[in-house]
Amino acid sequence: MSGEREIEVTVNGRKIGAVVPPRLLLSDFLRDNLGLTGTHVGCEHGICGACTILFDGQAARSCLLFAVQTAGHEIWTVEGLSESGAIADLQEAFSKHHALQCGYCTPGMLVVAYDFLNANRSPSPEEIKDGMSAALCRCTGYWNIVSAVSEVANSERRGTKPADVAPAIRTTAP
Amino acid sequence: MKMARFIGQPMRRKEDRRLLTGKGRYIADIHLARMAYVAFARSSAAHARIRGIDVARARTLPGVLTVYTAADLAVHLGPIRGVLTTPPAPWRKLVDHDINIPDQPLIADKKVRYVGEPYAVIVAESRYIAEDALELIEPDLEPLAVVSDPIEAMQSGAANLHENVANNVVARFRIRKGNVRPDSLHHIRRRFHNHRILALPIECRGVIAEYDSRGDAITIWSATQVVHWVRGEVARQLQMPESRVRCIAPDVGGGFGVKGHVYCEEIIVPFLARQLGRPISWIEDRQENLLNSTHSRDDIHDAEIVFDDRATIHALKDDLIFDSGAYTPSGIASLANIAAHICGPYRIPNFEFGATAVVTNKTPNAPYRGTGRPEGSFVIERLIDLMARELGIDPVDARRRNMIQASEMPYKSGIPYRDGVPIVYDSGDYSKSLELALRELGGVEEFRKLQMQAWSEGRYIGLGVACYVEGTGVGPFESATVRINPAGDLVVATGACSSGQGHETVFAQVTADEWGLSPEDVTVQISDTGLIATGFGSVASRSAVTSSAAIRKASAILRAKVLAVGAHLLECDVADVEMREGTVTLKGVPKGISLTEIAKAAYPGWASNRPPDMPGGLEVTEYFEPKTVTWAYGTHAGIIEILADTGEIRIHKYVVAHDAGVLINPMIANGQIMGGVCQGIGSCLLEKVVYDAQGQNLTGSLMDYLLPVAAQMPPIEILHTETPSPQNELGIKGLGEGGVIGPPGVILNGVCDALRPLRFEINQSSFSQADVVAALSKASLKSE
Repeated sequence: MSGEREIEVTVNGRKIGAVVPPRLLLSDFLRDNLGLTGTHVGCEHGICGACTILFDGQAARSCLLFAVQTAGHEIWTVEGLSESGAIADLQEAFSKHHALQCGYCTPGMLVVAYDFLNANRSPSPEEIKDGMSAALCRCTGYWNIVSAVSEVANSERRGTKPADVAPAIRTTAP
Repeated sequence: MKMARFIGQPMRRKEDRRLLTGKGRYIADIHLARMAYVAFARSSAAHARIRGIDVARARTLPGVLTVYTAADLAVHLGPIRGVLTTPPAPWRKLVDHDINIPDQPLIADKKVRYVGEPYAVIVAESRYIAEDALELIEPDLEPLAVVSDPIEAMQSGAANLHENVANNVVARFRIRKGNVRPDSLHHIRRRFHNHRILALPIECRGVIAEYDSRGDAITIWSATQVVHWVRGEVARQLQMPESRVRCIAPDVGGGFGVKGHVYCEEIIVPFLARQLGRPISWIEDRQENLLNSTHSRDDIHDAEIVFDDRATIHALKDDLIFDSGAYTPSGIASLANIAAHICGPYRIPNFEFGATAVVTNKTPNAPYRGTGRPEGSFVIERLIDLMARELGIDPVDARRRNMIQASEMPYKSGIPYRDGVPIVYDSGDYSKSLELALRELGGVEEFRKLQMQAWSEGRYIGLGVACYVEGTGVGPFESATVRINPAGDLVVATGACSSGQGHETVFAQVTADEWGLSPEDVTVQISDTGLIATGFGSVASRSAVTSSAAIRKASAILRAKVLAVGAHLLECDVADVEMREGTVTLKGVPKGISLTEIAKAAYPGWASNRPPDMPGGLEVTEYFEPKTVTWAYGTHAGIIEILADTGEIRIHKYVVAHDAGVLINPMIANGQIMGGVCQGIGSCLLEKVVYDAQGQNLTGSLMDYLLPVAAQMPPIEILHTETPSPQNELGIKGLGEGGVIGPPGVILNGVCDALRPLRFEINQSSFSQADVVAALSKASLKSE
């Protein structure tokens, strides 16, 4: 396709160079080009939150961004956050509290929770309910998610940052 | 000899590790070499004759591989047959019926009948290109009169959707018990409406297929709840033996029924894979999902309750009109379920139920979680509240007076279930459930005091109660294969298909108890026709009941063989050995021969050492064929406040008392109920599919169709009673759908109770703050 752009973006701590069509969604870039299929697509219009990733440290919908918009920026997905240990407490609490059933919303939910806890050092239960309303879950009825996030919010060890490692790899769009 | 060590434990799920790290494998995560991508052209008109479809420009777009219209497909493939939905023979024998479900074309041929119906299919090198090509397709459509209302659809002069379907009526049936005559008794008659809603799993549907020319075989991956059904239909349509068609459901991101029947895409995609010799992928997007995947509920009831001065119910009559949408992919399943569940846990000696399914220019209507149960429960629960108000008694007392008592169990309701077996409520204590829920809520009398107090302060709080029964674990069968592999590891396969219910965990718990193993030692394989000859799938709250029972049956037979091999190795009589912690031991001896050693002896090979004449191998497949359903039940109760200034509806507390027999994993059971309650609350207060008079769907995005979010969930308390089912040895009843049944009754009854001083009444399952505001202003006008 004409008009492809070369971008360099840091994904999960690794610098990546890629040539992408301008209209390629970030969600598709992550999933199809980089194989990071943990980021799920649920609505493609920014409502459901299943595709939530960290964009320069803040939660963002990857279905509402084009891959070219990430040039020079830093992205973290559920895979990177898992491997770095950044969301280990949340993962443990989600399992303990049965805060996932089908698991489809879960990666986005974890990123939303991670982002929320970064921004809120000691949230009230009401604040947690509001904060976790940034993503949809159709299975759990939310209470177990709220319980899991509350447990982490109230735990001692908080705020592990994603690890910073950067062996560069190159991919190009198919 | 076996102790339930793992059944009943709130064990963490085996599935969680992969799902929490982004390593689940869902349909859209499957990428195959040389894969091509499908997009469907979908109708933006609700009803139109197709004069022609010009695909020439679309065909020439670079990257487009092929474009098919109905005419191109018809050479190879037939429709989805309406006769597939024929109810079971025993039901047809018992019920006066007239059913004529038309076929559904795979894609629209002569007409389009709803917005979203596919009329052309594009295959391209990427989904982006396929969607570009959609823009180049030019359909020539001649608009036809639109049928958007099911009652108008039946009038003479209404446009006909299907040839050979007079008055747009595709099914009628009538069930009678006793004699419904009002005589000198009281009667209340109302029209009720259950509005159209969606299952809306967060993962849309999707199908991928790959053709293997070496074996002339097809593998289909589909986000489905019914892999064996898909396999059967694809094999029939592609004229291939079932042995060369395999259907696998990968991790499925929620189903709730909308993935519970065969869709046209599941036929077309494997056909294209064979035709083009390339793997083909179709991943539904959300707009397609909202417009094209089946909708649910949407029925109108003219219902009447007949009762005496003491609030004893004498009769219930319901005339049901079901808005089927343009096609009827699950036949009368939802209607028959309404008939089977509308009497609830109450003694209703006389009953008459007439059902009419009508086609309209809307998306096809098929089961969604609970199907038929929330609809029926809503009607009877509202009627009981209305009856109580008429007589000036507490609605809770009205329920107490009519509830079937534990001493009456098993109770014959005198109505056929949809499997055609006369309903027998098999076990339970419905009154206990009611009282339990009320006590948890703080007690009725206590609440009435608070309510009087609130009213005197100009605040409106109400109590809503809904009691229900739920037929679960429906047949005709489910399958299980239990195999001990040559290396001694134990694997279980079943026809169930998980879409979040935790099957890998719960069936490991069930199997572990059968074998004295730990759940970690058991591999559970599901959702794959390559693993087991046949299966039914996971719909209708059935898998925990039926797969568990099949696993138990297969385990018992295989255990006998394992014991015989063990006795042979121990050189003793089989009567002298037993299973203990996954080993065969002499009775009373703590530890014996491991399954690894048993397997080595049981399989053919140099180390084989089995009794003479015993066939080699350690594998048993068994089928659980329940006589009929088993009856779960429950009570939902909630305290609801209406804020007078804004009309906002607040649920202060919501209690569920639920009985699903023996719980395999209480943590998962709670999760199922909680999720169901959330969907039920959403269905009343937020969710609604809206069509205009031209059949345009006005809710084609998640900005229009609203789902509940965390902040909207009220406090919910779940209490369990466990009355074992007498229908299966493990005592299990199903519970996937229970949570969603109660909320419409609770919320509507609660709102009407809160606004009782204003004589507010509402009998449709959806309503908004605006309705409340209107009622409040009307009332304040009156008082001025």
